[in-house]
Amino acid sequence: MLSTTAMRRAAIAAACSFAATASFAQETPVKGGRLDLVVQPEPTSLMIGITTNGPSLLVGGSIYEGLLRYDENLEPMPSLAKSWEISEDGLTYTFHLQEGVTFSDGEPFTSKDVVFTMKDFLMETKSKWRAIMEPVADVTATDDYTVVVTMKEPFGPFIRSLSYNVAPMVPAHIYEGTEFATNPANDKPIGTGPYVLAEWKRGSYIELDANPTYWREGLPYLDDVVYHVVPDAASRATAFETRVVSVLPGGSVENFDIPRLAAEEGVCTTEKGWEYNAPLSWMWINNRTAPMDNKKFRQAIMYAMNREMMLKVLWNGYGKVATGPITSTIPFYDAVEPTYEYNPDKAKELLKEIGYDGKALRLLPLPYGETWQRWAEVVKQNLKAVGIPVEIESTDVAGWNQKTSQWDYDLAFTYLYENGDPAIGVARNYITSQIALGNPFNNVEGYSNPKVDELFAKAATAPSDEERQAAYTEVQKILQEDVPVAWLTELSFPTLYDCSVQGLVSTANGIGNSLGETWIKK
Amino acid sequence: MSNFWTTFKGNKGAVVGLVILAIVLLASIFAPMLYTTSPWDMVNMPFMAPGVDSSVPLGTDTLGRDIAAGLAHGAYISLLVGFVSTIVSLCIGIPLGAAAGYFGGWVDDVLMRITEFFQVIPSFAFAIVLVAIFEPSITSMIVAIAVVSWPPVARLLRGEVMSLKHREFIEAAELSGQSGFTIITRQILPNTISPVIVLASMMVATAILTESALSFMGLGDPNVMSWGYIIGAGRTVLQQAWWISFFPGVAILLTVLAFNLIGEGLNDALNPRLAKRRG
Repeated sequence: MLSTTAMRRAAIAAACSFAATASFAQETPVKGGRLDLVVQPEPTSLMIGITTNGPSLLVGGSIYEGLLRYDENLEPMPSLAKSWEISEDGLTYTFHLQEGVTFSDGEPFTSKDVVFTMKDFLMETKSKWRAIMEPVADVTATDDYTVVVTMKEPFGPFIRSLSYNVAPMVPAHIYEGTEFATNPANDKPIGTGPYVLAEWKRGSYIELDANPTYWREGLPYLDDVVYHVVPDAASRATAFETRVVSVLPGGSVENFDIPRLAAEEGVCTTEKGWEYNAPLSWMWINNRTAPMDNKKFRQAIMYAMNREMMLKVLWNGYGKVATGPITSTIPFYDAVEPTYEYNPDKAKELLKEIGYDGKALRLLPLPYGETWQRWAEVVKQNLKAVGIPVEIESTDVAGWNQKTSQWDYDLAFTYLYENGDPAIGVARNYITSQIALGNPFNNVEGYSNPKVDELFAKAATAPSDEERQAAYTEVQKILQEDVPVAWLTELSFPTLYDCSVQGLVSTANGIGNSLGETWIKK
Repeated sequence: MSNFWTTFKGNKGAVVGLVILAIVLLASIFAPMLYTTSPWDMVNMPFMAPGVDSSVPLGTDTLGRDIAAGLAHGAYISLLVGFVSTIVSLCIGIPLGAAAGYFGGWVDDVLMRITEFFQVIPSFAFAIVLVAIFEPSITSMIVAIAVVSWPPVARLLRGEVMSLKHREFIEAAELSGQSGFTIITRQILPNTISPVIVLASMMVATAILTESALSFMGLGDPNVMSWGYIIGAGRTVLQQAWWISFFPGVAILLTVLAFNLIGEGLNDALNPRLAKRRG
């Protein structure tokens, strides 16, 4: 058995090195072919200006585009905007649009569509967009291909808010003056993207065809893209093994299946494509009640957890142990102290120091399947080892939402997306103004520190990146000292694909935003 | 009594069942001494196959927990749930059945309609609903299993009582002025004990199966290591690690078989005429 394990390891290593060589050899893309992948679960709609859950974005990203795309360091790249300038004072953004772009119904895409999307459409459909537009004074079109955004105050995160998933450009000529949510065009999405919807057989597959009038010269390479709907994880793994599908987007199969599938011949893996979402997992610690209201008790929890082992055993090593509130892949992350290594003795010392009475804590696992349930069991054992008894509570998704949003928990698992900028995805979990009952994604732990509030506010509107960085570095130090929540790992959802598929992930938004450049080696 | 033993011993299956049960009982008693640490502790590499490392003879699960330790500690839970839920359901079924059978008339009608109400709902589905309503825990599982498994007891008792009711010794007791309650407890129940014991041994087996099925579906007590839980946790890795589900599966099979064999043996021993006819 041991030798089989060793062989499996060697095979994985071989697969990885093969992946590396494949990407080094720059070959000329060939046109044609059909790409089969899995979408899980089936999206409810492809109109991603209205429906924004993961599966919709995965498919809709091939139909709609944003003004900008982002590379793996979240630096903006041209998309529908071919270039842009930001004024010295950070108050004026000028976007120059691509010329000769048409929607899939043949109408040209102009600055009119951009202004409509930003000022009317998304303002009505997306609460997240309303928050982004808060510091924006106005959006105007100076000519058909120039859009100027003026700010009330500098707001650095704005330049990272123009991706296809936050701000997809929708056609003004279809939506203007209509009821957005019930417009019939929602079922026949019309965008500027590389593919158009050909057929959607509910419960079975979604087929997209190449957009014949796509504005980027020579793209897309593929003739069709088919997203298969397969409801069972084991069946998805089998579909990949038999190559009914040649791509398994991140999260399609169970973690422990990944090494097995990756070890097969001709299978490549990549962890890229999650830099924008940057999912970070942690446990909410209810800061309101004893003993969790004591910072030293919360630090003891951090020292008690063997997070390296959790990553290795539960996530097969995919991901990274988190150091603090900001994921290391998004801007303004800083590797500051204190960090918490596995040190049960230190945890015991801290508990002794505060005179912890051994009161049992309730732990609410995230009801998202196998891995999360096992994770709760590991945390329970780790805490028990330092003398904190833990009772795991059983729950379903509704119960989890209810308990976390009503603050009825001691410890509760969660993971959240950071959305490309700490001002958008991080501040909401730590600032006082976000303490509100009824939402499981805000400041659920009830941590309140005026200094932290001030630093987050300053960081969001500081005119220069240096000043933003200084404020974020400071705030990370304070939070890591105070441990308002117990950070676990930066999650990674590796994508598995047949090695003949090339250029699968070319942006920080992953497969959802990259298929225009994907091709299949013959 | 000696007669009982001779007949019971004559049934080889029953003796085998008794031996298996004794082993399971010993395991549940000595588990905390054999495996002093918690069965939830990660003691070795995850996915360790059986026989590779002598410290984990039955291998480890997805997190590196000792399967053998899980089996030993799980034995206690299975027996606990099996016995306690059976006792609870006897406590519900016996009085209801006895009252319905003895008093007859509208009492019988009302009690039997209630029993039927519980009987028409598929018992496993009903147990799932009950556990889901209360939070899953050992107590809620015992309650749920008891609530779904008492109707056969009530029906059996009712039948037995009705056939005894018109016997001469009961009429004699009535004439001597004993109250209905005294007659039921002193005269009738002692005479129904043997079919109840046989039924109860089968019910323990069913309760253990139900508990395993609930835990398998993730509706068990998340703080308790039980056989069904180990199988449920190992189900998704069946291709990589068969042993995680296999050993607790065998444990459940043997334990349930043991109770059925014992039940059979008891039936023979307590109804000698029946046994002879069959033999």
